[in-house]
Amino acid sequence: MSFEGTVERRVVIASKVGLHARPAKLFTKLAAAQPARVLIAKEGQEPVDAASILSILALDAKGGDEVVLTAEGEGAEASLDALEAELKTDRDT
Amino acid sequence: MTAEMTGIGVSPGAAYAPVARLAPAPAPPADTGPEADPAAALQTAKAALEAVATDLDERAEAASGATADILDAQSMMPRDPALAAQIEKALAGGKSTAHAVIDAYGFFRTALEAAGGYLAERAADLDDLRDRTVAVLMGQPMPGLPDPGHPFVLVAEDLAPADTAQLDPTTVVAVVTEQGGPTSHTAILAKSMGLPAVVACTAAAALTDGTEVLVDGGTGLVVPGPDPARVRRVLDAEARRAAALEASRGPGRTADGRAIQLLVNLGSQADLAAAAAVDSEGVGLFRTEFLFLDRETEPNVDEQIEAYGQVFAAFSGRKVVVRTLDAGADKPLAFVDHGDEPNPALGVRGIRLARTEAGASLLDGQLTAIAAAAAKHTADVWVMAPMVATPGEAAAFADRCRAHGLAAAGTMIEVPAAALRASRVLEACDFASLGTNDLGQYTLAADRMNGALAELLDPWQPALLDLVSLAAEAGREAEKPVGVCGEAASDPLLACVLVGLGVTSLSMAPSAVAAVRAELATRTLADCAGMAAEALLADDAAEARRLVAAF
Repeated sequence: MSFEGTVERRVVIASKVGLHARPAKLFTKLAAAQPARVLIAKEGQEPVDAASILSILALDAKGGDEVVLTAEGEGAEASLDALEAELKTDRDT
Repeated sequence: MTAEMTGIGVSPGAAYAPVARLAPAPAPPADTGPEADPAAALQTAKAALEAVATDLDERAEAASGATADILDAQSMMPRDPALAAQIEKALAGGKSTAHAVIDAYGFFRTALEAAGGYLAERAADLDDLRDRTVAVLMGQPMPGLPDPGHPFVLVAEDLAPADTAQLDPTTVVAVVTEQGGPTSHTAILAKSMGLPAVVACTAAAALTDGTEVLVDGGTGLVVPGPDPARVRRVLDAEARRAAALEASRGPGRTADGRAIQLLVNLGSQADLAAAAAVDSEGVGLFRTEFLFLDRETEPNVDEQIEAYGQVFAAFSGRKVVVRTLDAGADKPLAFVDHGDEPNPALGVRGIRLARTEAGASLLDGQLTAIAAAAAKHTADVWVMAPMVATPGEAAAFADRCRAHGLAAAGTMIEVPAAALRASRVLEACDFASLGTNDLGQYTLAADRMNGALAELLDPWQPALLDLVSLAAEAGREAEKPVGVCGEAASDPLLACVLVGLGVTSLSMAPSAVAAVRAELATRTLADCAGMAAEALLADDAAEARRLVAAF
């Protein structure tokens, strides 16, 4: 078993509506499906559970905002890869 | 009888029927905490939350489109691990099960309200989920829609998505809510169902079950106990509107035959097929940003030729107005250094990017690709620049277009300066298109992203209409087309006002074309001019709407 320690990733949100509505739903579902528990924060704020739709909405991250993803333990890197790709996808419809 | 009431009309159509109010949520029980076994209480609460979520899942399966999407997102909320964590905390703090649930929802409600705007409207959704969960805990049926056994006007403080999704259009003929705004779920879903709806009608709190009301979802009027002649008049007009919508085909015309081009706005490759299938005369605003944003490197000319060509092919034989890249500020490009701007909406965006060498070369690449793609297809290709403020900028852009062999070069009018001096701006170019969203933002000095200023950003603002009037008049004198592309053109009544002000084309969301065409077909040019004159008499957007509705 490999232990990867705490990893961190800074990502700019691509969807113009931000992490609301459909983009928030897709992101949260993906976060819940990850092997590692992932936290998300805006600069200078308390990190919240990326798998919590209510916390994600209350985060009020807008398109173009930078967020910090952190995860630790097994699968941390892979989990962050998946979530980073999701945030970089423009989900505006 | 009671005086007539006004709210915001968010889904057009008229209806007349007795009121039936949404059943109020059960009053919560007294707080009997602390629970003897907090762990068991948490399990009870989780089971109730799961019951609520499962109920939403079932409705999502029965629904489709936007409704299903919203319900699906809603069902994630009762299952949210952070919600359960808050309940556990409240139970440990000595609350009863029901009150722990109420507190936990309240915690997130406060957080959403604090964010304001769009999120504050979502806060009402949480109240509904809370009421449903408490009802399950109390062994009561979940609050829901009334069933008076005849068609009715549904009146509620606010509607949750779960309620709206259950609406049966054969029994619910219109919806009136005391709260909510133009972007609330009630508005979005009612519109997608074609159900007349009025929101933010605070006076509707006084409406009781059984009162006959006349509702106009276009104007936002709600009239309790109207006189029969008025009911007949409004319902006749509604029948004509419905028939006209049904029969709506072909190019846009006023009742007396003045041609008004009806076009669609296009923002992504994904929407292309659906947009092309709409009965319109072409694209009035082809936003090219989708090719440039969210990528590390500049798209090369061949790639652009391919992308523009797809659009021109889908609209072969029709007009396509291409807007060159509107980037910078809030839409930064990864491959261009935008510097650091303290006030991005007033910064280097749109055509202003061409002031830098990198921006100018981007624009040249784009014009080369547009010209090459246009040469391969039969679409009538026009090109315009965003964020033009001065006649000099418009002239420089037009020169650049002509150097690339593009014959129809125009400008967006979205900066008040360009509207005020539209006749000079038009001298150097072939046409103009009013971007009412940005023009509104700059005229009223109100940030488009700030929900608290929604009423200043209302496209019915008379100051905005004054500028439209100035620009349209300049176009008439110069004998050059001046159109509108923006939210304003999607509102059938406002579209008539714009035509009355003198605009020659309307470009809108593809879904709005039929309704605008139908409304326009019932008005003569003189009617439109009269409506425009009424709107300009108003002091604010709400009054403008009211005056035009009564015209």
